[in-house]
Amino acid sequence: MLFSCTRSRNTYQSVPKSSLEPSATILIFVLLPRMARNLGGLLALLVAISICGAVTIPNPISDSHRFAASELFDGSFSSLEDAYEALRVFEILAIGKKPDVSTTICQKVVETLGSSSPLKDLFYALKVNGISKCKVNGDVFKDIASRLKATVNDASTLVDMYYSIGSLVLIKDQASDVDVLLSDADGAFHSIKTLSQSDGRWRYSSDNPESSTYAAGLALEALAGVISLASSEIDQSRVNTLKNDILKLFDSIEKYDDGSFYFDEKSVGGHEHHGSLSTTSSVVRGVTAFAAVTSGKINVPGDKILGLAKFFLGIGIPGDAKDFFNQVESLALLESNRVSIPLVLSLPATVFSLSRKDQVKVRVNTVLGSAAPPLTVKLVRAFRTGAKDSAIIENKDLQYDQTSGLHVLVVFPEKVDVGTYVFVFEMVLHDSGEKVYATGGQIHVPIYVTGIIKVSNAEIAVLDSDLGSVETRKTLDLAGTDVVSLSANHLQKLRFSFQLTTPHGHAFHPHQAFFKLRHETKYEHIFMVGNSGNKFEIILDFLGLVEKFYYLSGRYDIELTVGDAVMENSFLHPIGHVELDLPDAPEKAARLPPLPVDPYSRYVPKAEITHIFRAPEKRPPQQLSLTFLGLTLLPFIGFLVGLLRLGVNFKNFPSSAVPATYAILFHLGLAAVLLLYVLFWVKLDLFTTLKTVGLLGAFLMLVGHRILSHLASASAKLKSA
Amino acid sequence: MARSSSKDAQDLFRALWSAYSATPTNLKIIDLYVLFAISTALIQVAYMALVGSFPFNSFLSGVLSCVGTAVLAVCLRIQVNKENKEFKDLAPERAFADFVLCNLVLHLVIMNFLG
Repeated sequence: MLFSCTRSRNTYQSVPKSSLEPSATILIFVLLPRMARNLGGLLALLVAISICGAVTIPNPISDSHRFAASELFDGSFSSLEDAYEALRVFEILAIGKKPDVSTTICQKVVETLGSSSPLKDLFYALKVNGISKCKVNGDVFKDIASRLKATVNDASTLVDMYYSIGSLVLIKDQASDVDVLLSDADGAFHSIKTLSQSDGRWRYSSDNPESSTYAAGLALEALAGVISLASSEIDQSRVNTLKNDILKLFDSIEKYDDGSFYFDEKSVGGHEHHGSLSTTSSVVRGVTAFAAVTSGKINVPGDKILGLAKFFLGIGIPGDAKDFFNQVESLALLESNRVSIPLVLSLPATVFSLSRKDQVKVRVNTVLGSAAPPLTVKLVRAFRTGAKDSAIIENKDLQYDQTSGLHVLVVFPEKVDVGTYVFVFEMVLHDSGEKVYATGGQIHVPIYVTGIIKVSNAEIAVLDSDLGSVETRKTLDLAGTDVVSLSANHLQKLRFSFQLTTPHGHAFHPHQAFFKLRHETKYEHIFMVGNSGNKFEIILDFLGLVEKFYYLSGRYDIELTVGDAVMENSFLHPIGHVELDLPDAPEKAARLPPLPVDPYSRYVPKAEITHIFRAPEKRPPQQLSLTFLGLTLLPFIGFLVGLLRLGVNFKNFPSSAVPATYAILFHLGLAAVLLLYVLFWVKLDLFTTLKTVGLLGAFLMLVGHRILSHLASASAKLKSA
Repeated sequence: MARSSSKDAQDLFRALWSAYSATPTNLKIIDLYVLFAISTALIQVAYMALVGSFPFNSFLSGVLSCVGTAVLAVCLRIQVNKENKEFKDLAPERAFADFVLCNLVLHLVIMNFLG
């Protein structure tokens, strides 16, 4: 559902803990198990609205971040850049247990510095050295410094300038005896400044027309480096134009609905694409570095700085090491920047229970979770959600509790009843001193005040329809386990009523009040209970409902559901049952619809498939079949015997050579055809058989014709003789 | 009475037999052959009556093979009988060729049906 909210983030889908509002949670608890289909859509919408309407107040960095950091940076680093990011995160978060890599890392640092490595490696080796304090020979720094100075003078791209100037600044910090000052600082300043665009963004190089916000961050950091390395003061007018560039850059800042600001890369050029997080942190690095080396004020509004802090905190805990580093480092830079230091107001809880007499507690921290300067938190006003004009509290100071570091509203105002409210807080600094703080003005916080709702005067009655006289009436104690058993017919009505009152004695209207009838056959009917004033009443006229009840007589169980986000005793209560006597269904009545299928039944195993095969036919015993095989041979034997008795002979068989050959061939042909038939039965198919039969038939016809015509002519001769 | 009737029957059969003895040998061979085919068919029918007709196509092809052969043999006998004036122009060799051909076709069908 979150994706429908306008404030959801494209890049980071993490949901801050406080954004899952209690109203949503309770709604889900009360209704999910019994959610009626026809109400499902409406409820889903309600949940979505209640989540979207919330204003998120991110919490400052806490121990969960530290824990995540020690999980995320586990000590295996593929490059010096990764190693630096891990060391820096551990340094910022003040995690004592540093990754045990100092020896291997230092070895790598010394190697990199000793050889002529690429600028980027050199830069990160120096950065790692700044934290790990490896033993590097002073001469090495001198060599590198002279090499870097040469690079600064003839570098053409912004990235080269950035790395070489950045490295020189690092050398300046690490080896004070090495001369790193730029003789031609003005020239270096100019060559970077020429790449700037009119809208405050920068180009990567002079032959690349695309401008980039990420590059602006790099350029500002590099220029800050040039200013700190300059041997003579840089012209103040140049610095001032740069301040204007920064202001222009902040004009292109983008905004989420919850008040967080961020920078985003507009075009995806030839260079690797940077997401909004890395772009924003690049700008933060540049601006804070620049602010640190210049005197005078940079007029970036405090709420934008606070918005940037909100953006970084709103991400939650990133799962990616690079994102984690960007988030934590940017927050660290914001915490100590010279423009304005954001202060974060957070509430340990936004749900207050009247029954527990909770106190409103507010915590004010810097983004990294350290204590804020002395200040007073004021509750400017509080009003019911949707009734903005009628404030119930106005101008109350919260008391600061020294031991817990919380600002507490000691007395919870009498006027506050259960419901949803918006509390508006404001921070008032006692003595701002030199540092500038961004407090964000009036901060609106949604607050839920919960309490136990009193259910009273519950009554269920069966009425006669025509006269309206009461047949049976029973009072119920909904808090107890009373059950009623009623009986009614289709000419009667069922009336059910109850009252809800808040702890302060006002009428209470919950989100849900449902009355449910469930037949023995699992058919359910849900009715919404309407209210007039503080009395809830529902009257079921069975005459009008017979069709809806599918003419099903019998026992109906009754259930009442009352639920609300601010109701601590939301309940789902069986009331009892009613025995309904409805008329028989007429001929043309609609048939019973199929029972709704439990959506979870989709995941249960399907019924096992059993295959039904034809049972084999009963066969006779083998001996019997063999006996009959023998029997069928008997007539054949009888036939042979008969032939012998008749004195059959082969005297008519032709004696001369040619007809005898034909006669033999004829008989062989017949035998071949019969053999082929047997083969056809055993294995051949019809086509093969027919082809072969065709050939054999032709042969047989030839020889048969020859032999038979010979015999015919012989007998004709005999006759004529 | 019964005695005289059995004697009459004996006389009748003897007269029949003596009349049949005059039949030419080649016709007797055909008669024997028909007898052989019919009795084989009867044995198969008896088998079917005893154990059931389960592979019914096999039973049918077995019986029809025998009956068909017998019918063809009877046809042959009609054609080669010299007494039968209707076929006196037909050479017995020609009749035999027809018989062979018909048998081959019949048994091709039978084999196909045997399964």
